Amino acid sequence: MLGITGGAVFDPINGIEGRLMDIWIKNGKIASPEEVEPGEARIIDASGLVVMPGGVDIHSHIAGAKANAGRKLCPEDSRRLLRPRAENTRSGSGYTVPSTHLTGYLYTEMGYTTVMEAASAPLTVRHTHEELEDIPIIDKGAFLTMGNNHFIMKCIRNGEKEKVRDYVAWLLGAAKGFAIKIVNPGGVENWKYGKNVHNLDDEVIGFGVTPRQILTTLARISEELKLPHPPHIHGLRLGQPGNADITVETMKLMNGLDAHFCHIHFMSYSGKRGGFPRSAAAQVAQAVNENPNISIDVGQVIFGPATTMTSDGPSQFSLSQRIGGKWMNDDLESESGGGLVPLVYKRNNPLHCTMWLTGLELFLLTDDPWRVFLTTDHPNAGPFCGYPGVIRLLMDRDFRAQEFEKMPKKAKKNSTLRELDREYTLNEVAIITRAGPARRLGLKNKGHIGIGADADITIYADQDDKEKMFAQPRYVIKDGVVVARDGRIVCERPGRILYVAPPYDSKIEEDIRKHFRKAYTVSFDNYPILADHLPLGEMIACG
Amino acid sequence: MSALIENVTCKFCGCLCDDITIEVEGDRILKAKKACPNGRSMFLNYDPTSRKPLVDGQIVEWDEAVQATVDILNEADSPLIYGLSSTCTEAQRKAVELADRLGAIIDSTSSVCHFPTSLAVQTVGEATCTLGEVKDRADLLIFWGCNPLVSHIRHFSRYSANAKGMLTPNGREDRTVVVVDVRPTQTAKAADRFLQIAPGTDYEVLTSLRVLIQGKNIEHDVGGLSSEQLQELAHMMKTCRYGVAFFGMGLTMTPGRNYNVTELFTLGAELNLYNRFSVIPMRGHGNVAGADQVLTWLSGYPTAVSFARGYPQYGPGEFTTVDILSRGEADAALIVASDPIAHLPWMAAKNLEHIPTILMAPTTNCSSKVANVLLPTACYGIDTPGTSYRMDNVPLRLRAVFPNTRPTDEEIFSRIIKAVKQC
Repeated sequence: MLGITGGAVFDPINGIEGRLMDIWIKNGKIASPEEVEPGEARIIDASGLVVMPGGVDIHSHIAGAKANAGRKLCPEDSRRLLRPRAENTRSGSGYTVPSTHLTGYLYTEMGYTTVMEAASAPLTVRHTHEELEDIPIIDKGAFLTMGNNHFIMKCIRNGEKEKVRDYVAWLLGAAKGFAIKIVNPGGVENWKYGKNVHNLDDEVIGFGVTPRQILTTLARISEELKLPHPPHIHGLRLGQPGNADITVETMKLMNGLDAHFCHIHFMSYSGKRGGFPRSAAAQVAQAVNENPNISIDVGQVIFGPATTMTSDGPSQFSLSQRIGGKWMNDDLESESGGGLVPLVYKRNNPLHCTMWLTGLELFLLTDDPWRVFLTTDHPNAGPFCGYPGVIRLLMDRDFRAQEFEKMPKKAKKNSTLRELDREYTLNEVAIITRAGPARRLGLKNKGHIGIGADADITIYADQDDKEKMFAQPRYVIKDGVVVARDGRIVCERPGRILYVAPPYDSKIEEDIRKHFRKAYTVSFDNYPILADHLPLGEMIACG
Repeated sequence: MSALIENVTCKFCGCLCDDITIEVEGDRILKAKKACPNGRSMFLNYDPTSRKPLVDGQIVEWDEAVQATVDILNEADSPLIYGLSSTCTEAQRKAVELADRLGAIIDSTSSVCHFPTSLAVQTVGEATCTLGEVKDRADLLIFWGCNPLVSHIRHFSRYSANAKGMLTPNGREDRTVVVVDVRPTQTAKAADRFLQIAPGTDYEVLTSLRVLIQGKNIEHDVGGLSSEQLQELAHMMKTCRYGVAFFGMGLTMTPGRNYNVTELFTLGAELNLYNRFSVIPMRGHGNVAGADQVLTWLSGYPTAVSFARGYPQYGPGEFTTVDILSRGEADAALIVASDPIAHLPWMAAKNLEHIPTILMAPTTNCSSKVANVLLPTACYGIDTPGTSYRMDNVPLRLRAVFPNTRPTDEEIFSRIIKAVKQC
C-alpha cells in the first residue's frame, strides 16, 4: 500500500486540474481512502510537487525487425549513449535506438509507463514480442501493418467485406497486435515493382484496388470490431512537398469514422514536387479542428541524430536518394515492407528547421488538446528523450521566440510561429502526454488516477524550466511500485504486453489456410503467437 | 504405436523449413517426411536418451555440474561465451544476460561466417527481402560463392529457383539462374549461366559490374570473365523485374571479406534505380540469424561484444573469438551449441585445451574432448520448443516432437545466472 499525499494532482480525465489531494494505492491499483488501513501505507509526501498519471506514448518505434535493423545498421549510434550495468539493472547502449532494456529504463526515468510500438508486420511480430518482453517496466503493445496485405486487398477486390472483417479480427488475435496500422496503403505493394501510389485513386498493381478502398474498408472494420484504438494511419506521400492536400483529403475521406493520423508534421507541407516545402500546418490543423473524429500525433523534430525507419519502403528509398548514406530496405511477403535511413537534423538546415517549425505550429494551431499528442515518431524525427524539450517549447512562449530567432532566414520566412502566442498549460501537457493518448488508445485503466485505474503515476517537482521538470521526475510509480527516483531506476520489473483478440467467424480460417499455401513460406499452423508463448500478454477487451 | 507430428520446423540450416511431418514411436523418430537429407539425418540420428553431465570426465548430477560451471566462471577474469547459433533465442537471451552479469565477452559463430556481412551492412546498408518475395517475384537469381544444393537443399524448391509464386507461376521456367563461383558446383550445374571466376577476384568482378551498370565500358577480362560475359550479366541485372542475389562464405571468407560484401550491397542498392533488387546472405546454422538479432537488441551490436567495462563494447577483430583465443585473452570459455574445436583455426582452437572450458550442447562433438564440464542439454526443435530466425530474419516457433528428459539451455542459463557473482 502506498499513499501520495498533498500533491497538486493533474488528472484531466477526471476533471482534476492542480487540486491538492491524496492518492491511495492498493494491489497496484488506485484505491479509495476507505480501502486503505491508516498506518499501513507507505507515504510519499508530495507537498509542493505535481502528480500526474504515468506518460502514455501513442506512437514510437521501440521493438522488432525495423528497430533492431536500426541498431545493427548504426554501431555509431550505440556508442552515443552507454549505460553500465548496475546492481539491479542491465547494461545498454544507443541514443536514437536504445537497446531493449535501456529503452525501458529511459522511458521510465522520463515518467512514461505505457508505450505503443507503432508498426510491426504480422509475419515478424514474434520478433517484436521477444523484444517487447525484454523492454522492462513499461506496458507495451504493437500495431499491425495491414495497408498492403494481400488477403485484405484480394477480398476488397472481390467485394468480400465480411471476410476482411473476420480476417482482421483473426490477425489481431493471432499476432497479438493492438490496433490496425495503415502505412502508405498500396504504395508499399507498388514499391515492389519500383513504383508508388500518389493519389487516393491510384491502382495497386495486381490487385485492382485503390488506397481509398483500403482506407475506408479498414476504418469501417475497425469500428465494426469496436477496437479500442481506431486505425492508425500513415497516409500517402510522406515527406513530399504538397502532401497537405492529400492529408486533408484522407481525413475527410474518413467521413465521421474515427481515425488517428500519425507523425502528422511529415504529412503537412505545401509546395511543388521537388521544390522546397512550406508549412501547411494551418491547413491541416483546420481539418483536424473541423473533424472531431480525427486525432493526430505530431512527430516533432528534435535537432541532432535520428534514425528514420518506416514500413513505407518507397519513401525511405527516395529519402536515401536525396541525402545519400546508408539505406536499408526489406520487402516482406504478402504483407508489408520497410526501410531505414539514418540522418542528423541540423539547426542550420532550412529544410530541417521548416520541419521543426511545422511541428510546433501544428501543436499550437490544433484547438482541442485531446486530439493532438506529443510524439517524435521516435526515432524518425528524433529520440523520445526529446519530449521534455518540446514541452518547454509549448509552455514557454519567450523561449520559443528565442529558439525561433536562431533559425535560418529561409525557414523563418514562411512561418507563422512567431505570431502564435499560445502557451500550453500544465493541464494541457497532461492531456497531450497521458490522458489524451490513453483515451484514444481505449485504455480505460491508463492515463488517469481515478479509483480502479492502474497505479502508474509520475511525480514532478514544479520548476520554471519545464524541460528540466519533465526530464527528471522525482518519483515514477508503476503498478503501485516505485520504479524510479530522481531520474534513476530503483526497481526493475516486467511490464505487460497489451493486445486485442476480437471475435470472428472461424470459417475464415479455411480461406486463410488456403491463402497461406500460396502466399507464404511459413505454415498457417506456425504463424499464430499462442497466448502460452506470451506470458506477459494481457488481452484488452473490445467494445 | 507411432504418432505423426505435422508442421515441424527443421533447424538444421537457415532455411528453417516448417512443413516437416515427423513420425515418432516411443523415443525414436522413424520418419522425417519432406525433410532434405541434411534435416532427415539430424532428426533420425537424434538420441533423446537422458544423459548426465560430466565434470573432468566424471558423471555427476546436474546440480554439481552447474556448480562447477559457476566456479569456473566466478574464477575467471575474462570469460568468453561463444557459439549460440544452434540454440533458440530464449537461450541466447539468457546467454547475453549472463555475459552482462559476468563482464564477459560474447560472440556467436557469425564471427566465422557472416560477420563481414554485418560490417558491410554497417558500412552501406542493405536492400533485402524475405524468401517469400523471392518465391513470388524474382525473375533473376544470382548465387554467389554459395552452394545451396548441398548446404541448403530445399532452398531451390521452397523459396528460389523452382518455387512457383505470384509472378512466377511456372517456377523454374520463369526465372534465370546464374551461379558465380570459383569452381563448378552442384548448384552451378543447375544454373542457366555459370560464371567461373578466379579465386580472390570477387571484388574486382563486383566493381566491374557496378561500372557496367552505370553505363561505362570495360573492354578487358576481369577475374577470368570476358567483357562479353560481364556485360551480359550486367544487362540481366539491369533489365530484370526483381533480382535477388544470394551469397555465402565464398564471398565473406575469401580475400576482401567485408569489402566484397559491401560491394555487392552497393551494387544491389544501385540496381534499385532501374528495377527492384535484393540481396540475401545465405545463413548456415538454423538460428545464427537469431543470434545476431538477440545480441543486437540486448547490446546494440550483432556479435563480438565485450561487457568487461560494464557497458557493451563492440570489437570486430578484437572481441571476435578467433582473435581472443589466438591471443590467449580468455581465461575460461563457455561454448554453447557449437563445435569450435572442429571449426576454428587450430591456432585459436588449441587454446581451449589450456583454459577451463564448458560445453553446453545436446550431442557430443569434437569440442567435448577438451571440455572440463559437459552439459548435455535438451535439443530445441526436437525435444524442446523454442524460437529461431530464418536466414531472412523471419522468426519461427519450433515444436518439440518428444517430451524432454534433460534440462534446456534456458533453464541451465537461468540457474547459472542466479548463482554467479555479479562483476
